[in-house]
Amino acid sequence: MSRSLMKDGRPRSPFSMVTMAILALLWTIPTLGLLVTSFRSRDDAATSGWWTALLNPFGSDWTTSNYAGAWTGADLSSGFINSIVVAIPATVIPIMFAAFAAYAFTFMDFRFKELIFLLIIAVMVVPIQVAFQPMLNILGPRGLGISGEYISVWLLHTGFGMPLCIYTLRNYMSTLPRSVVESAKIDGCSHFQTFWRLVAPMSIPAIAAFATLQFLWVWNDLLIAKLFLKSENTTVIVKLQQLLGTQGQGAELLTAGAFISIIVPMIVFITLQRFMIRGMTSGAVKG
Amino acid sequence: MTADTSAAAPRQRMRTGDDPDAHLRTNPLKLVIGLVGMLAIVWGLANLFLAFAYYPQWFGSNKFIIGVLAIIGGVGGAALLFYFLNMFVEGLPRRLSEGAIPYAFVLPGLFFVALMLIYPTFQTINYSFANADSTAYVGLQNYKTIFGSSEFWQSVVNNVLWLLVVPAVVVGFGVIVAVLADKLSASGEKVAKSMIFLPMAISAVGASAIWLLIYAYNNPGQAQTGLLNAIWVGLGGQPQTWLAISTAKLNSILLMVILIWLQVGFAMVLLSSAIKGVPEDTIEAARIDGASELQIFWRVIIPQIKGTIITVFVTVFIMVLKIFDIVYVTTNGAYDTNVIANLFFNKLFAQSEAGQATAIVVVLLLAVTPLIWYQIKHFRDEEANR
Repeated sequence: MSRSLMKDGRPRSPFSMVTMAILALLWTIPTLGLLVTSFRSRDDAATSGWWTALLNPFGSDWTTSNYAGAWTGADLSSGFINSIVVAIPATVIPIMFAAFAAYAFTFMDFRFKELIFLLIIAVMVVPIQVAFQPMLNILGPRGLGISGEYISVWLLHTGFGMPLCIYTLRNYMSTLPRSVVESAKIDGCSHFQTFWRLVAPMSIPAIAAFATLQFLWVWNDLLIAKLFLKSENTTVIVKLQQLLGTQGQGAELLTAGAFISIIVPMIVFITLQRFMIRGMTSGAVKG
Repeated sequence: MTADTSAAAPRQRMRTGDDPDAHLRTNPLKLVIGLVGMLAIVWGLANLFLAFAYYPQWFGSNKFIIGVLAIIGGVGGAALLFYFLNMFVEGLPRRLSEGAIPYAFVLPGLFFVALMLIYPTFQTINYSFANADSTAYVGLQNYKTIFGSSEFWQSVVNNVLWLLVVPAVVVGFGVIVAVLADKLSASGEKVAKSMIFLPMAISAVGASAIWLLIYAYNNPGQAQTGLLNAIWVGLGGQPQTWLAISTAKLNSILLMVILIWLQVGFAMVLLSSAIKGVPEDTIEAARIDGASELQIFWRVIIPQIKGTIITVFVTVFIMVLKIFDIVYVTTNGAYDTNVIANLFFNKLFAQSEAGQATAIVVVLLLAVTPLIWYQIKHFRDEEANR
């Protein structure tokens, strides 16, 4: 049997094509089911599977009222704004602090450098659950009394994201040519200027990579938001989790609500996928 | 005019000649501005955020305005804090400043790590010997209680099951998908990989909503709206409440499917880039020697991507160890599906048993300790290869 060739001269592999087509379809069907269901009327969704609506698109009752209901009725709109308010600072602040630290770890010599860095690597594995009871005491009414506010969640995400961010940025910075930093020093630049004008701009790919990952983590987080945000400040993910508990009346809002919570990370993900893959291949884990 | 310039030139020379070591000495102005600036930022931010909490009417009680101000305050405040910190350090005499700058760069970041991860680790161990609201020591009572409860051991068994199944399956799928995708045309590979990668953007809560739709149950006789029951009934079975079936841990396995669905894309991306790094001539040489595609896969490709396989395995392993969201939002541990992190959350949040909750975390902490050693070894190897 002569095998046909692809444009780049490699032989076509029918087995790979069929298997991959099946796998890709399997991976897409669940999300597709949610998307289709979210546009079906309550009665339709309760009496027939979503696939029947796809097979008979003109005989089905399509509606956008689930979205309207979830957005205003189930108050996902405020959750949505809260998520943005939580996620943007919780992404930017750790990067600012970590970038300075990564610069020092890469281009400076100081005592205990190796030891401090090993400590940072070690805490990447520590489960974040260790922090909850002590931080509830520090941030809560027994301590600062800011538990429930946005700032407590920013602080927590900053702390939890910091080790991985320092690690990723340091890995990237150590691939930058050292001569650039040295010649800047000879030209009389201070470390602050070298960082701000040279190293930070050169590290943009790594910063974008970490920013994408961190944004997804913060947006998709349930645990910290649930424990440390009061109900009027809570995120869209917590709102969705509360919706998941409802049965009967209002259950049709769930699918629309789920899609509302997914759409922002999905857009971020699709536009920044390139950077994110680079960030992930730097090989690190988060506790 | 001429007098002016001739007067200015020596004056300038004078000024530099006057004090050639100015940058070596303390610059009190920079010191003061830096210090005052830092304090002002901290004070201002603290008040701004307290105002958000106590006087929302100052901001028109408008969520959007508060949100925008909070973003500006948080991000800008952090930037200014660093600016003043650097000014302060640069104001120190040269010898001190040279030595202090690395710490000025490292310590703010390290402060967060210490506050959110290192201090709480020790405090959690401390609390695990204390009572439900951490006000008095109770010795080993919490450990006795949790080790004596069947729910704890049930959670441990389930967690171990998750650890045995999920990382292995994710890596297995990841390798298969990465190898097969590599054989597709460039555009085919891109499309197929994005479709499998996409669930990575979805939260565990969102994924649970998606899969609860698939596992949905309708009474017998009615049309089944859940995909799994529709297939099952189509094959002649009775509709099942899938997540309530603990026989052979079926419900736990169905929950694992959700996590596997989320994570295969992650494994695939890392493994795919490793496979692309396998030198083509090693594969070609094996082919000339008459190796089959399967032999090439096992004997040539797998040994060369072993390092990445281990990295992916460990990463997924650590994540599964702390699996929480999926179990919490689907069954909340009912029907024999509980896991350690969910048990912890319920002890802490629903039952307010801080002592027992922290004791559970200590068990979790002991479980990850060997992985810390692995992380450090992995880092050392990477540094050696740099």
